[in-house]
Order: sequence, then structure tokens, then C-alpha cells
Amino acid sequence: MSVLLFTIIVLAGAFLAGLVGSLTGLGGGVVIIPLLTLVLGVDIHYAIGASIISVIATSSGSAAAYVKEGITNIRIGMFLEIATTVSAVLGAVITVYINPDYIAVLFGGILLFSAAMMVRKKVDHSDDNSSGVLANFFKLNGSYPTANGTVNYGVHNVAGGFFMMFVAGFISCLLGIGSGALKVLAMDNIMRLPFKVSTTTSNFMMGVTAAASAIVYLHRGQIDPGIAMPVTLGVLTGATVGSKLLVKMNTDKLKVVFAVVVTFLALQMIYNGLAGKL
Amino acid sequence: MKTSGKHYLADKDIQVILGTLLRVGVIASMTVVFVGAVIYLVVYHSDIVDYHKFDPLKTKYSSISAIFQGVSELDSKAIIQLGTLLLIFTPVTRVVFSIFSFLIERDYLYVLIGLFVLCIILISLSNKLVG
Repeated sequence: MSVLLFTIIVLAGAFLAGLVGSLTGLGGGVVIIPLLTLVLGVDIHYAIGASIISVIATSSGSAAAYVKEGITNIRIGMFLEIATTVSAVLGAVITVYINPDYIAVLFGGILLFSAAMMVRKKVDHSDDNSSGVLANFFKLNGSYPTANGTVNYGVHNVAGGFFMMFVAGFISCLLGIGSGALKVLAMDNIMRLPFKVSTTTSNFMMGVTAAASAIVYLHRGQIDPGIAMPVTLGVLTGATVGSKLLVKMNTDKLKVVFAVVVTFLALQMIYNGLAGKL
Repeated sequence: MKTSGKHYLADKDIQVILGTLLRVGVIASMTVVFVGAVIYLVVYHSDIVDYHKFDPLKTKYSSISAIFQGVSELDSKAIIQLGTLLLIFTPVTRVVFSIFSFLIERDYLYVLIGLFVLCIILISLSNKLVG
């Protein structure tokens, strides 16, 4: 395949991945990595390197908008970054010692989990009980503006959330995806943050987390300009268009369709991994 | 009550600056990547791609010094990598800025936390982790 054709195919695929990824909240990596590995026969190490760069671009781009609205809890973000940056560097160091087939199987597993989390009905567990010892020590309790005025919230089980974010950061950088579903588990269910705060704060952290591992990937030669360029430009453009459409669209049906597609991709990745075809 | 209102205002300013910083970083880095991409496609469009097997030695621009060397020779691949590098350093700059803003607020606990995160990133900058 010529460079021109390869670039055009990846650019188009990355645009679609970014578009659907931002509409469904799943991120671009879950589509672009299977596209590169299963369809174009790219080694998964290159695919992960390119995808992690697109994660930095999309998360920094959307964090820029969220931070200004004052919903992001910067202290929670900075505090949990301790966990995610350490695990991100660990993940990036370890990945090269792991058989690519196992990475593909793990990737498939995380995709299935993310698809299930996407269609599941979310329950807001947040309250304004701000008596947590660690939450007070680290000044994590906060407030955010809504249409009905400022809402206060308390942060729960800081230690549990910290540990879960460590796992999320590790998997995210091992696989080159944002792994928002795992972060939601940590912040919504364990720390019991309001949705808006957890989504924007996890987005805020994702850039630094991905940057920590991207530097290791860059040094190892996993970030090839010929792949990273169309992936990053495509995903970022797609995500930007997606965020504009999101305001005017009901995405419930799209989420179900996308969950089916992601499940199919996940099974393909797992099958190919087990059969040693990657 | 008055002091807490003032505190909130300072936080608001910081959030606006942080947002602008991230936006400028993303736009600047993507512009560099785009310029590199145009030159890359003009020069290499008919080459054959081969990414079937990961080979650490194949990527020429895998260190900051190599990237700057390549950019000075106007190599398109090095220009794309420079854009990628700018993108990687956008959130890192954000951490540095946060440290200063916590310093102004005299929140030394968070200055320490920020410095710790920055140290992890600096450790990842050393080549020894590659293995």
C-alpha cells in the first residue's frame, strides 16, 4: 500500500472514530486501534503509540472548554494524577515485554466492558456529605455551577478511588486508550462524584496521564510520524465535529448501535489474539 | 464571606488561563503536524508502507535531540514529530502552571503534589525506561 492511500484510509477512519467516539463518550481509540491492527495489518505497538497521541489531543481540546465552565475539580484531578502518572509510566515500560496477543485479548476485554458501561443506565450517587477524613485533608470536596445555582458535593472513599485510578491509568496507557469507563467506575461509583464533575475531571487528567506514557513510547520508537499524523489529525477533527453535533442530538440509539459495533470489534480482537494472528 | 468570594474569583481566573493554555497548545501543535503532513505527502506519497512488524530501530526520530536535528534539516517526518512533541508538552505545561497557581494561593500541599507529578514526567523523559 502506498503512503498516500494509507494516509487517506487512516485519516477517514480516524475521523469517524473521533466523531462516534465523542458522540457516545467512548473515545476514538476503541475504533482506531482495531482498524489499524485488524484491517490494515499494523503492528499493535504502533497502533497504541498513535492512539495515545490522539488521546492527548482530544482530552486537552475538550478540557480547554470544560475548565473555563468551572465544573472541573482541579484538586481532585491533580491528586489522582499522582496515581495515574505513576501507573502510566509503569504501563508504558511494561507493554513491550508483553506478548502482543495478550494485549489484543486484554483490549477486547476492556472494549466489552466499556460497551456494557455505555448502554447501562447511570445512577448519580453524589451527596453533600463532606465528612470524609482524606477528602478534607486533601481539600477535595467542591461545588459546581448548575442552572439552579451552585451545588455542593462531598467526596467519598478517597483511598478506594485512588487505587482504582491507578488501575485505570495502567490499563489506559498499556492499551493506548482513554479508558473512560474505568475512570467512571472510580469516580462515579467509588468516590461518588456528580456526573458532570467526574466526566470533566477525568478528561482533565487524561492529557497528563497520556503524556507521561507517550514520552516513553516516543523514546522506544512506537510513535511513527506516518501513523500518528493521520490518526491524531483525524480523531481530533472528528471529535471537534462530534462535540458540536452532541448539543443538538439525542445519542441513545447511536449508543446501542455503537455498542454492537464495539462488541463485534472486541470479539475480533480477542479471537485474533487467541489465534495468534496479530 | 468576603475572603472566600475573592478566593473563588482567583480560581476562576486560573481556570480561564488554564483553558486558554490548553487550547493554544492543541492548535499550535496540530498546525505544526499539518505543515509536516503536507510536506510528507508531497515527498513520500508513492513510497510503500510497512508497519507489519514493530521495529524500534526503524523510527529515526525517537528522541528530542534527533527531532530537533531533523527539523533543522527540514525533514517532514521530524516536523510531524515536533508537532507531536508540542502536543505532549501541552498538558505538562499545564501542570507547571498549576504548581505556580497553587503557590500564589499558598496551598503548599498541592504545590508538593504538582511537583511530584512533574517529577514522574521528568523521570519518563530519561531514556533509561525504554528497555
